[in-house]
Amino acid sequence: MHSFTPIASLVGGILIGVSASAMLLLEGKIAGMSGIFAGILRPISNDTTWRACFIAGLLAGGLLLRIFMPAAYDFGIVRSYGVLVTAGLLVGFGTRLGNGCTSGHGVCGISRLSPRSMVATATFIASGAVTVYLFNHLAAGGR
Amino acid sequence: MKSAVTSFFAGIVFALGLGISGMTRPIKVIGFLDFFGQWDASLAFVMIGAIAVYFVAYRISRRMSSPVLEAKFSIPSRADFDARLIAGAAVFGIGWGLGGFCPGPAITSLASGAAPVAVFVAAMAAGIYLHGWISGRDISAARDSRIVLDGAVDA
Repeated sequence: MHSFTPIASLVGGILIGVSASAMLLLEGKIAGMSGIFAGILRPISNDTTWRACFIAGLLAGGLLLRIFMPAAYDFGIVRSYGVLVTAGLLVGFGTRLGNGCTSGHGVCGISRLSPRSMVATATFIASGAVTVYLFNHLAAGGR
Repeated sequence: MKSAVTSFFAGIVFALGLGISGMTRPIKVIGFLDFFGQWDASLAFVMIGAIAVYFVAYRISRRMSSPVLEAKFSIPSRADFDARLIAGAAVFGIGWGLGGFCPGPAITSLASGAAPVAVFVAAMAAGIYLHGWISGRDISAARDSRIVLDGAVDA
């Protein structure tokens, strides 16, 4: 039932790579989304300006998508609020415990050939796959 | 000031990349993670595209003494494995598989105005505070999280 979109995904991935590269080459920063978000919620250093500006850019880009590409928000699967709250708690807690998410570990870390990021990425893809399997196939899709 | 503007525009490009690639759609994410069902390989191409570009950028950065706009690079240097890294990644993956959102796409999708996204992001913030509260009672963990926020460890 899923549609395969390799070209759009590749183009989007390249844009993500360009953005993360700009952050690296211009500002010397790792474009890790969970770290940037957490850095605003729990500011320990005074270095929050660039993080706030990046998040503002994400939201501005999100608005552009809403206007010019509303299909980006065809979520397709929307879990119940109970599941979403659980998922959000796990994502927030897990990304802090593991120091990163799909962007910081999956893109920036793997590109740097960081062993930690490779292990982290393999781990969250594996645990995500097991979760989807259990949720879809054993819980008979309690969507 | 230049860094602030750069960050803002980088955020816009990142969000557009997420939207175009399919990362803002949980059906694509969950389809990608559904290896044992009807696997949608699309999101592998997101990683291929992003890593291809960033791999080159990182090689370039290694030849630079400093980034263009700032005094120094804040690049992670740790190479050891610990239980925290594995456990954290595993917990994150469970949440990712359940909801179909990871942090970047969730924050971007707040702009959709959809209530489920706002609920997810609020819970994600609560999870971050929960981690801070728990690790704040553990001196070594607090030191780790300080390093993370200074950009020296991973992401």
